[in-house]
Amino acid sequence: MAKEMIKGNVAVAEAAVRAGLVSYFGYPITPQTELLEYLSARMPELGRAFVQAESELGAINMVYGAACTGLRTMSSSSSPGVSLMCEGISYIYGTEVPAVLVDVMRGGPGLGNISPSQADYTQVVHGGGHGEYHLIVLAPASVQEAIDLTGEAFYLAEKYRTVVVILMDGFLGQMMEPAVLPPFKPVNMESPDYAVAPKEGREKRFLTSINIDAPTQERLNIRQMSKWEEITRNEVRYQGYYLDDAEYVVVGFGTCGRIALTAVREAREKGIKIGLLRPVSLSPYPTEVLDKLAEQAKGFLVVEMNNGQMLDDVVSIVARRAPVHFYGRMGGMVPYPDEISQAIDEMVNSDAGPELDGRAKWLELMRETIGQGA
Amino acid sequence: MPPKGWVEINDLYCKACETCIADCPQKVLALDMSRLSIKGYHPAYMAHPEKCIACGICATVCPDAAITVYRGTPPGFEEKGTE
Amino acid sequence: MTDTDVKVVYQRPIGLTDVTTHYCPGCTHGVAHRLIAEVLEEMGELRNTIGVAPVGCAVFAYNYFDFDFVEAAHGRAPAMATGIKRTLPDRLVFTYQGDGDLASMGMGETVAAAARGEQITIFFINNTNYGMTGGQMAPTTLPGQKTSSSPLGRDVETQGYPIRTAEMLATLDGASYVVRRSLHDARSIRNAKRAIRTAFEIQKAGLGFSMVEFLSICPTNWGLNAPKSREWLKDHMLPYYPVGDFKVSEEAERVMKEVR
Repeated sequence: MAKEMIKGNVAVAEAAVRAGLVSYFGYPITPQTELLEYLSARMPELGRAFVQAESELGAINMVYGAACTGLRTMSSSSSPGVSLMCEGISYIYGTEVPAVLVDVMRGGPGLGNISPSQADYTQVVHGGGHGEYHLIVLAPASVQEAIDLTGEAFYLAEKYRTVVVILMDGFLGQMMEPAVLPPFKPVNMESPDYAVAPKEGREKRFLTSINIDAPTQERLNIRQMSKWEEITRNEVRYQGYYLDDAEYVVVGFGTCGRIALTAVREAREKGIKIGLLRPVSLSPYPTEVLDKLAEQAKGFLVVEMNNGQMLDDVVSIVARRAPVHFYGRMGGMVPYPDEISQAIDEMVNSDAGPELDGRAKWLELMRETIGQGA
Repeated sequence: MPPKGWVEINDLYCKACETCIADCPQKVLALDMSRLSIKGYHPAYMAHPEKCIACGICATVCPDAAITVYRGTPPGFEEKGTE
Repeated sequence: MTDTDVKVVYQRPIGLTDVTTHYCPGCTHGVAHRLIAEVLEEMGELRNTIGVAPVGCAVFAYNYFDFDFVEAAHGRAPAMATGIKRTLPDRLVFTYQGDGDLASMGMGETVAAAARGEQITIFFINNTNYGMTGGQMAPTTLPGQKTSSSPLGRDVETQGYPIRTAEMLATLDGASYVVRRSLHDARSIRNAKRAIRTAFEIQKAGLGFSMVEFLSICPTNWGLNAPKSREWLKDHMLPYYPVGDFKVSEEAERVMKEVR
C-alpha cells in the first residue's frame, strides 16, 4: 500500500468509511468542514447514510438515534459545535450506545477563531455535558496516527458501548502529509443484542437514559464507573521518546507533542538527558507511566496550546515529587520548536523545588512578552 | 328482548375519569360507588346492562383501553330469563 | 342465541403492554397511545416499528407500547428519529411529542425534519400547556389562558402568540401529510385514527414527512374534570386550532383515499 498525500480531515473521513461507517451526521464548522464535505459525496456513493443536520444539536441527536441501532455512526465538529453536542454526548453515554466523535479544536472561548488550539482538553476529557461520565479520548499527532486511531475508535466504542472522541486541532485537520489508508472492512448491518432494530419473533426493546428511581440510577452509575475502571486498566495509549534515562520529561499531546519532539531532539543533541511523554489516550490518561517517571525525573515541562489544562492533571499525578514547568500558547497560536527549546533550557537551569506548578511563572512571562497592552 | 351486547371494564386500567359515562348514548354506565379498585378509584360499571347496544363508543373514548365490548347475548342472561 | 354468536367488538390492542399508564384520569394521551397501537396492529407493523419518546408527560411512553422504543433528549426526537430511519430505512419510525417538546424546545429539529422530507411520522399532542412540570405556559397556550407561569392569563403583548404548528409545517415542500385532529369525542377519535393510519401508510410508501397534531385535554392542569375539559377543548381550542388537512401532497392524497 503506497503512501499518499492526504489532508487530516479527509484522512479521518476515509478511514471511518473503511472502518465500516454506516451513517454520518454533521454540521459545517471550520476547521473541520472538509470531513463533512468529503463524506457528503463518499457516503451516498457507497449507499450509506449522510445527513447535513440543521445544527450540531440535530447532528449529535441523529447520531444518538443511529447509535441506538448499534451500527457504526459518527459525527465531527469543532469547539463551539462540540459545546452544543455536549447534551447529546451525555445522553448517548447514559444510554450506553456506541458512537464516535471527531473534535477538531479551534481557539476560544466564544466564537474565538478558526486557528488550531487545544483549549477544549478539559471540556472533552473532564466532562462538558451534565451528569457523571468518562469518554475515551484519543489524541493523534499525525495524519497517519489519526487514520489508525479512527479504526481503533469504532472498535473501542463498540467494545465498551461508549463515546470515543478523536481530539485533534485545526493544525492536524488542515495539514496534508503522506499516510497509508487501511483496507476496507466489511460493513456490519447486523444490530447487536441490546439495540433497537425490531424484527418478528423477538421481544420489544427500549433504550433510554432515564432512571427515575434513584437507587436504579446509582446502580447504573456504579456499573459505568466499573466499566471505566476496566477501560483505565486496558486502554491506556501513549508514545514515549528517550524516556529510559530521562532526567527531564516534556509532556505534550497531539500537535504540541509533535512540536515538542523537535525541541527534545535538539536538547538531546546538546547533551541534556531529556525525553518526551506524548499521551495518545488523554482519557484514560497514562497515569501509571507518568507516576513512574515522577520517581526518576528532576523536572517536568508540560507544553500545550491552552492555559495549562492538562498541566493540572500532570501536577496532580507528579504530586510534588518534581517541579512541573509549563509553556503554553493560547487563542489559536501554535508554539515554535525554539519556544519550547527555551522553556526546556529554563527548566534545566531552574532551581525551583518540587512544589512548583509552572502556571503562575508562565503567565508572568506571557504578560511580559506577548501580552503587552492586553 | 335481550340486550344487544355488554362491556367489561378492567379495574386495573379504569381511572374513573367518567368519559365513557358521559358519552354512552344509552346511559348504561356509572361509577361503582360501592367499591374501590386497587388503584383507589370507583371504577365504571354497567349500571343498566339491559340498555347496552354494543356500539363501542365507550371503548372508543376510553383513554386507558380498559373496556372490552361484546356483541351478543350476555352470559347468564338466559338463566335470569325475561320472558 | 348461543355463545358462538358472541362477537368481540372492541378489545385492548396487543400493541399496548399490560401496564397502567401514569397519565391522569381522562387524559387523552391514553387515547392517542391506544390509536397508534391499534393502527400498527392492523397494519401488521408492531415488530417493524420504532417509537421515539419525548420529554414531557409521555416520557415513559416506552413502558406502555409493546414494541421497540427509544427515549430522546427534550425536543430532539425528530433528530433521533432521523438517525434511526436513515440507518434502518425499512422500519417505521415515529416520534411522539408534546407541545413543549415539539413546538418550544424542539421546533428547530421539527422544522428541519419536515423540510428535509424525512421519512418519519410525528404525533404531536397539543394540550396548551406543559403537563409534566405542572401546567406552565406552552407555545400553544391560548391568548388570555391562565397557566401556572401566566397566572394573569397569557398576555400576547409580553408573552407572544400561540403557534399553529400544523399550519406552519404545511408551508414546507418536504412535508407530505400534515393534519390536525381532535380527541374530544368518539367521532373525532375515529377521524384521528384514520389520520394515524394515513400517516403511517405514507411513510411506508416513502412519500415523505408526515405529522398528525392532536388536540388533547389536560384535566389536572386545567383544573377541570375530563368531561368538562372536553367541553373546554371544544369551546376554546377548536376555534383557534381548527381541525383539518393542511398539507396533503398529490401522492399522499392517493394513500389517504385508500385509507378511507
